[in-house]
Amino acid sequence: MSVLQIILIFFWSSIVGAGSVLDSFQTHRPLIACTITGLILGHPVTGIILGGTLELIALGWMNIGAAQSPDSALASTISTILVIVGGQSVAKGIAIALPLAIAGQVLTVIARSVTIIFQHAGDRQAEKGNFRGIYALHFSALAVQALRVSIPTTLVAIFISPTAVRSVLDALPQVVTGGMTVASGFIVVVGYAMVLNMMSVKYLMPFFFAGFILGGYLDLSLLSWGAMGLIVAIVYVQLNPKFSAPIAHLPAGAAAVTPTGAAGGELPDDELDD
Amino acid sequence: MTTEIIERPTDQETSDEGRLTKGDLRKSFLLSNFQQASFNFERIHAMGFCVDMIPLIKRIYHDKEDQIDALKRHMTWFNVTPALCGPVVGVTAALEDGRESGKDIEPGMIQSIKIGLMGPLCGVGDPLMWGTLRPILAALGATLALQGSWLGPAIFFVGFNIVRLALLWYLLVFGYRRGLLILDDLGGNLLPRLTEGATVLGLFVMGVLVTKWTTINIPLVVSRTAGKATTLQDILDQMMPGLPALGLTLLTMWLLKKKVNPIWLIFGMFGLGILGYWLGFLK
Repeated sequence: MSVLQIILIFFWSSIVGAGSVLDSFQTHRPLIACTITGLILGHPVTGIILGGTLELIALGWMNIGAAQSPDSALASTISTILVIVGGQSVAKGIAIALPLAIAGQVLTVIARSVTIIFQHAGDRQAEKGNFRGIYALHFSALAVQALRVSIPTTLVAIFISPTAVRSVLDALPQVVTGGMTVASGFIVVVGYAMVLNMMSVKYLMPFFFAGFILGGYLDLSLLSWGAMGLIVAIVYVQLNPKFSAPIAHLPAGAAAVTPTGAAGGELPDDELDD
Repeated sequence: MTTEIIERPTDQETSDEGRLTKGDLRKSFLLSNFQQASFNFERIHAMGFCVDMIPLIKRIYHDKEDQIDALKRHMTWFNVTPALCGPVVGVTAALEDGRESGKDIEPGMIQSIKIGLMGPLCGVGDPLMWGTLRPILAALGATLALQGSWLGPAIFFVGFNIVRLALLWYLLVFGYRRGLLILDDLGGNLLPRLTEGATVLGLFVMGVLVTKWTTINIPLVVSRTAGKATTLQDILDQMMPGLPALGLTLLTMWLLKKKVNPIWLIFGMFGLGILGYWLGFLK
């Protein structure tokens, strides 16, 4: 790996680390993190494919409140390096990524505890009315999060030995690699289950089963499925008596003129008297 | 800068013109992209919220002591889905603005309104952003990426960020303009409708994903008639495509609810895959 590549890996993995705490731009998601890492290493397509595979597995990895999920940032950057530099298959890359996601999760918890120090320093700047001091502390804390990913990633990039990676992973017997390929077909359900549990409202689960049954028989693009889902959602909200006045005797068209974006004022607010 | 005043509805209780310019709000918007930069387990986004408020505090208050009081007020515990911090910043700015204009707004009231907004906004933000928008765009991007297409990451990145930036900016301006009146809007049907709508969409697409993007093949031969083997998979497919995937998803949901670590579940599935491949009941 050239010096330029190592410098670029450092910068990019810093952005990935920052993205991981910000959760705004999504640079920490495998789809983005693996793609750019692959691009830096000269194998963008491998990066994209690994990113897509890992993204489906990580679909449900999300931080709700202060709870930490497995870390997609470190898993993406290091597994891409190992797959590309070590000349490994995407399926093996996934197997490498998972322990990295746990390691990253531990590092995240440490980093987000360290930033409590910055918070308290911020209090002191607020006492003084020092705006610049607060800005500086806020963004220094971001640097901690960036280094959380870029230091381990860059160390791997510097010290990785392609032959060592190859000899370790090539030693895996056929039954293990074949089994991992089989498993990567259904490992995605963990991600689905995490999203479903987060959304889980029992009385809305019929919509999940409707999607499941229709999806089994109809061959539409995912975009069309999204549009179908949106239509179903709009119709459900429009027709739901919870959200509208009891106007059962009126034709359906009358109920339909309550778009989701309407301000509360246009609707009677005391409708729940049925 | 002061020429470009954001006008407010005149017939409202906050009838005076606001002090903040579009430029001030724009600065706050840019900073709010880094809402979680100083995320910490003690006060979550406290400093992020304070940073969002700095350009607004500078404009509203000119007395140093008032500025310091406002900074300290907004260094308190704060947490909301990052894409939806705009309305809270906007409403808080409107309240601070009213306070400086001599309105009867106590610091305690500003705090309680901030906290009051957090709950409902998290309630809609988490299912909307993490349960619907991101998984759907990520799944769409990932399926394209699996074929090695650049469109996959591009659609995901651009699509997600357009929606996120639009929410951040328009809700910030909306929150500032409407001020306290936003509480009436949110108190109405808007948030529960949005939450339920997003949940229906998310669940429906998840159902599609479970059957379409999960591959389980059970090649166990059940019967052999006239040299033609019928496998367990054939029988299951005749009943309904994707049944093993559905069963596995429901089982995983149940295990996750029992607080089993998702990483162990993933390793368990690797184990199942290896075992199945070895014994020949999975292919």
